[in-house]
Amino acid sequence: MIRQGFFEKNLRYLFPLPAVIFVVVLMVFPVGYTFFLSFTDWTLTSGRPLSVVGLKSYLQVLSEPRFLEALGRTFYFTFGSVIVEMVLGTVLALALNRTFKGKGVVKTLLLLPLVATPVAIGIVWNLFYDPTIGILNYVLSVLKLPQSGWVSDAKTVMPSLIIVDIWQWTPMITIIVLAGLAGLSSEPYESAMVDGANGRQVLFLITLPMLMPTILTAVILRAIDALKTYDIIYSMTGGGPGYASENLNVLAFKYSFEYFRMGQSAVMLVFLFLIVLLFSLAVMRLRRAFEQ
Amino acid sequence: MKKRNVLVVMLVLVSLALPMFAQGTSDQAPKQEIRVLLANHPYGELLKTKIPEFEAKTGIKVNYESLQESQLTNKLTTEFATKSSTVDVFMTRPLQEGLMFIKNGWYEGLTKYDFSDYPSNSVDIGRKNNVAYIVPLVTEWQVLYYRKDLLQKAGLSVPTTFVELEAAAKALNKDGVAGFASRGKGAAAVTQLSSYVYNFGGRYLENGKAVFDSPEALEATRFYGRLLGNYGPQGVTSMSWENVMPVFQAGKVAMWTDASVFYGQIVDPSKTSIPASDIGVAQLPKGPKGDSPFIVVSWGMAMSSASKNKSAAQQFLDWATSKELAVEGMLSNITMARDSAWANAEVRKVMNPGLVATQAHAAKNGYPYDRPFMSSVGQARDLIGEVIIESINTKGTSTRLAALAQEKVKAVDELLKTDGEYGL
Repeated sequence: MIRQGFFEKNLRYLFPLPAVIFVVVLMVFPVGYTFFLSFTDWTLTSGRPLSVVGLKSYLQVLSEPRFLEALGRTFYFTFGSVIVEMVLGTVLALALNRTFKGKGVVKTLLLLPLVATPVAIGIVWNLFYDPTIGILNYVLSVLKLPQSGWVSDAKTVMPSLIIVDIWQWTPMITIIVLAGLAGLSSEPYESAMVDGANGRQVLFLITLPMLMPTILTAVILRAIDALKTYDIIYSMTGGGPGYASENLNVLAFKYSFEYFRMGQSAVMLVFLFLIVLLFSLAVMRLRRAFEQ
Repeated sequence: MKKRNVLVVMLVLVSLALPMFAQGTSDQAPKQEIRVLLANHPYGELLKTKIPEFEAKTGIKVNYESLQESQLTNKLTTEFATKSSTVDVFMTRPLQEGLMFIKNGWYEGLTKYDFSDYPSNSVDIGRKNNVAYIVPLVTEWQVLYYRKDLLQKAGLSVPTTFVELEAAAKALNKDGVAGFASRGKGAAAVTQLSSYVYNFGGRYLENGKAVFDSPEALEATRFYGRLLGNYGPQGVTSMSWENVMPVFQAGKVAMWTDASVFYGQIVDPSKTSIPASDIGVAQLPKGPKGDSPFIVVSWGMAMSSASKNKSAAQQFLDWATSKELAVEGMLSNITMARDSAWANAEVRKVMNPGLVATQAHAAKNGYPYDRPFMSSVGQARDLIGEVIIESINTKGTSTRLAALAQEKVKAVDELLKTDGEYGL
C-alpha cells in the first residue's frame, strides 16, 4: 500500500526523471565542468595535476592576439553567412510559394545540400577550390578572368568558406520560411486586394512583416549554428592558412587537443557560450517585439 | 492497474538503458581480449591483414581501431588523461607525443624487450632514466623526388647543393609546372624545413632552448621561403604532403622534398599520371654548412601502463614488432626501423636502389629530429609555422623575419618553462 502511494504521489516526478537525468549528465555537467576548468591551469604537457588558479587563464587568453582575431572572425563568418542566407532563403521561398510545373523537382534539388555531410562537403569543395588542379580556377582561366587562391590565400579564405556555408544552409531558411508562408492567414490579403494594393505593397507591407517572426526564428537557429561552426572550417582549412580562418571553436579545439592546454581552451568555450546565449536572448526579444 | 502500468514503463526504460552497462558484464568471458589502436599508416594497414593469424596462434582476441594520426594522438591523450583508457597496445609518434606520454607515465616500461636489432639512437628517443618505452617501427628521412624527364629536357643534372637546387627550380618553373614544392602549411612545414635548417648549420632547439632565430636558421627559412614563394605551386602556404602529392602525381611539380615514405605512392601507376621511369629519388642537396637530413622514427609501438592485460599486450607487441613482420613491411615499401630488415637479401632484391642509397646516406649523416623535441611540440610547431609562412609570403625577403623569429623563440621558451623542460 505504501509503495503504491509512493508511485502515485510522485508520478509527475518519476516520468520526467529519465529526461532530467539525461539533461543533467549530458548537458548541465559538461557546461559546469567547462566553467570549472576555465579557472584551472590544467595542462597535459606539463605532467602536473590541475590546480585552481582563478582568473589567470582568462588573462592569458584575453592577452592572446590569436583569440581576439578568432573572436572577430566568428562574428564575420556568422554575419557574412546568415545575412546572405536570410535574404536568399526568403527570396527562394517566395519564388517557390506558387504553383508551377516541376516545382517538386526544383524543391528537392534545392534541399539536397542540406542533407549532405559537412565533412564530405568540405572535401568536395576543397577539390573545387584547389588553385592548381581545381575546377573553379580552370573555369576562371577559360573565361580569361584572374584566378583566385580561394581557401589557400589568407585574403580570400573567409569569403570562400562563407560561400560553402551559404550553399549548404540557405535551403534551411527556405524550408522554414515556406512553412511560415503556408501558415499566413488570407484575410489581410483579401482586404489588401479590396483596397487595391499592388504586388510590391502586398510583399513589403503584408507578407514580410507577417513573416518576420518566422524569419527571425530561422535566423536564431542558423546564427547559433554559424557561431559554433566547426566541421566545415576544420575539414577544409584546419584554421589556415596560418591562423587566417580560425574561429573560436576551431581555436578552442586546437588548444585542447593539439596543445593540451585545457584550462585556456575552456576559457575560450566559456566566451563562446556567453556569446551564443546573449545573441539568442537578443534575437528572441526582437522576435517578441515583432509578434506584438 | 495504474501501478502495473508505471512498473511496465519503468522496466522498459531500464531495459533500454541496459546496453550501456554491457561492457562491465562481459569481462568474465574466458577468452583474453586486448584493445589495440593503430594509425592508418601503411604499417597499420599491414598489421590489420595479419591480426587474424595472431589471433589463431595465440587465442587472444584483438579489438583494433584504426585512426588518422592526429586523431590517434587526441584519442590516446583524452583516454589516458581522464584515466578511463582500456587501450592495451598502440602505435605512437615518439617525436610528437613521446615526451608528454613518458612524463605523464602513460607508457609501460619495456624492460623485457630485446632492442639489440635497432639503431641505439632510435631507441634513445623513447628512453628515460634507462628505461625504454617505445619500440621503433618505421623510420623516415628527407629526400628529393624529381622528374627525370623534365630535368633531362632542361639539360640539368640532379641538384646536389642548395645553389643547384635553386637554379634548377628556376629553370623548371614554366608551362604550368611548379619548379619546386615542399610543405608550406605552417606547422606541417616545420618537419620539412628542419633539414634545410640543419644544412645551413642551425637547429630548432639547443640545450633545451629555442634557437630558430639564429642567423643560420633564419637564412634557411629565407631560402625555403624564396624557393616556395617564387617557384612553388599556387596556395603552397596551405599545403601539407597530402596536398602536394596529388599535384606532383598530376605532373604539375618538377621537384619535391619530403619524407621518404611517399615513394611507394608516387610510383603507384593507379595513383599517378607520370610513368614510374620518369620519377627519381635522390638525397637532399647539401647546404653551405651541412649535409644532414633528418632521419627519424616516425612511428613506434608501445604498451599502456594502465593495461589490465599486460601479458597478452606484451605478446601482441612482440609479434607486431617482430623481424618477420618487419621484412613484410619492407617488401611493401615501408621503411622499417629494424636493422635486420634492411640486411634481408629478399628485401635488397626488390627495394629501389635510389631509395636504399638515400637511406644509407641519411643513416650515416642524418640528424634524429625533424621538429623541436618537447612536450608542447604542437604549439611550438604552429609558432615556427608563422615564421615559415611569413617567409614564403614575402618570397624570403621579409624585413621583419628576424624580429618575428625572436618573438616566437620567446614564446617557445615560455612553453618549455611551463612544461619544466627549459634548459634541459
